[in-house]
Amino acid sequence: MTFTRRDTLVMGLGATVAAMLPLRATASTEDAIAAFTGGASVGTGGITLTAPEIAENGNTVPISVSAPGATAIMVLAAGNPNPDVGTFNFGPLAGSHEASTRIRLAGTQDVIAVAKLADGSFVQTSAEIKVTIGGCGG
Amino acid sequence: MISRRDFLQVGMAASALVGASGFGNWARLAAQQSLTQDDLLGFDTSGNVTLIHITDIHAQLKPVWFREPQFNIGVGNAAGKPPHLTGADFRKLYNIESGSAMDYALTYDDFSALAQTYGRVGGADRIATVVKAIRADRPDALLLDGGDTWQGSLTALRSNGQDMVNVMNALGVDAMTSHWEFTLGIDRVTEIVENELNFPFLGANIFDAEWDEPAYEPYQMFERGGVQVAVIGQAFPYMPIANPGWMFPDLSFGVRQERMAEVVQEVRDAGAEAVVLLSHNGFDVDRKLAANVPGIDVILTGHTHDALPEPLLVGKTHLIASGSHGKFVSRLDLDVRDGEVKGVNHKLIPIFSDVIAPDAEMAALVDAERAPYKAELEEVIGQTNSLLFRRGNFNGTWDDLICDALLEEREADIALSPGFRWGASLIPGSDITREDIFNATAMSYPNAYRTEMTGEFLHIVLEDVADNLFNPDPYYQQGGDMVRVGGMGYRIDISKPQGERITEMTLLKTGERIDPSKTYVVAGWASVNEGTEGPPIWDVVESHVRRIGTVEIEPNTSVKVVGA
Repeated sequence: MTFTRRDTLVMGLGATVAAMLPLRATASTEDAIAAFTGGASVGTGGITLTAPEIAENGNTVPISVSAPGATAIMVLAAGNPNPDVGTFNFGPLAGSHEASTRIRLAGTQDVIAVAKLADGSFVQTSAEIKVTIGGCGG
Repeated sequence: MISRRDFLQVGMAASALVGASGFGNWARLAAQQSLTQDDLLGFDTSGNVTLIHITDIHAQLKPVWFREPQFNIGVGNAAGKPPHLTGADFRKLYNIESGSAMDYALTYDDFSALAQTYGRVGGADRIATVVKAIRADRPDALLLDGGDTWQGSLTALRSNGQDMVNVMNALGVDAMTSHWEFTLGIDRVTEIVENELNFPFLGANIFDAEWDEPAYEPYQMFERGGVQVAVIGQAFPYMPIANPGWMFPDLSFGVRQERMAEVVQEVRDAGAEAVVLLSHNGFDVDRKLAANVPGIDVILTGHTHDALPEPLLVGKTHLIASGSHGKFVSRLDLDVRDGEVKGVNHKLIPIFSDVIAPDAEMAALVDAERAPYKAELEEVIGQTNSLLFRRGNFNGTWDDLICDALLEEREADIALSPGFRWGASLIPGSDITREDIFNATAMSYPNAYRTEMTGEFLHIVLEDVADNLFNPDPYYQQGGDMVRVGGMGYRIDISKPQGERITEMTLLKTGERIDPSKTYVVAGWASVNEGTEGPPIWDVVESHVRRIGTVEIEPNTSVKVVGA
């Protein structure tokens, strides 16, 4: 069987959208948070995660996190096969406590950021980022 | 014998009640066949700043028919609220009489009959008359264009938007924002913005994708009536998702709510006493934005093609909806004093082309722009005995015709036609000209593909599009309607989450359920993928209409809607 350019394109599309339905957080997300916090309780507020509501390209989604006074911020993509995105550490001389990066998302899912504050407490926030086929905007 | 039209007239005359709102009077006047230009333009000039809003003209320079939707379902916080009311519910809320001029302009019922009475709507020459009349009243009135201006007709397609640029320059637009403009390709947009437009092309949410820096001017300050007015532009947020991103690969969009809050603060700090957001977000996105970002006095909404006869107030923000296809012009008079907006006076002016006199200068310009394409535009391809329209959440008869053309001309099992909201209507008994076909199809990625999809993939496509329309959070909606389907029926439960809305997918020609693992031949058009192959959709539709001669569309009962 021969593949035309068109077939190839459509197959590419099919492969992309096979995982398009919302992905649920896996146990490894919980494990990663527990490892980061050492099991301490996690509050809210004082942490901001900026992300697009709908990804323009699921392979490279720009996000930024900020938590004034944080010593470290961990970012997780809860629906990815491997949720670990990275942890940003801030030294005592850090001018600002924010970081920007681009992440790859396997499909629509929550991205989670957890910050460790100077007093040893933890805060968390999350944002749902939708990955869509698109193509039908009016 | 009493005709249907006569019957309506009699009904109107017998009804003595006139609504309390301003346009109630027009209903009576129109029923008496005496609606005049003065009635449509009459306005008690107030305050010190006047805004004129036009949006989503979709390159319609001549008067057209345009039927408003029967199905325009709201979800989440928008459920049951304007603009998600249609027909009798809409008439009741805004006190509009059945069969009146405003009923014809704003609802769908009895469209074909009322169209005979009240005629076509829009036309750049009529809009020019309205704009000139308002500027005679208030010479420094700001004319603001919400975008979707350079796409939607044969002439705009062939001239790469040049006809619209020339007309909008002549109309005296003061600022615009954008959506379909970018489907001309980034090089052409840059050429127009840098060399041809007489006014700024605003987009606070358009960023350079690589450097994450603003790519266009976010706002323009105007001094009007002795006060500073900031006009902020907001382009369609989902440009690279809903339309082909490869046509403008270096740009990123998005709602960017925090960015909007920063820009509002920036213009306030720069001395703005009134802040106007010229938006292509879509109405429900703007409603949420207005609730979350303080400091915006007026949002001139666009994209979702809604028309509302009164402003909708969210906190202190007035949301204005001015329709599409040149069918309406909104006028707002603002009373700006002591650094804030103290009062707003509004009128949604329907552009009834038989009532408003054409402006001779603009009429001549429009005819000159159309002259090179005249023979091509006017060629009659066939006739229709059915009302052809597109707008509505699930299917329109134009798309039924397009899907039939795809199924038959491309020998497919199933046809998909995108849920665009643009496309003029045609009333029964009309000729179908080439211009009419282009009014429903003209765009820059028209290739009618023919491919194979599994039942599972078709389900994913329908679920994906349904969530773009019915996600309860408007920031996750893209503002189109549901993808139109030919050859296949389905059931949709709007209240369910993504992945669970679409069931009972059925291949109509056999009556069998769609098998997730089986492969079907699918024809469609307007793929956002680069390199899509196939003839342009207008050729497919034209050859189908030529073959059948006269179009008759049977009522489409293949989509079952629940949970609304």
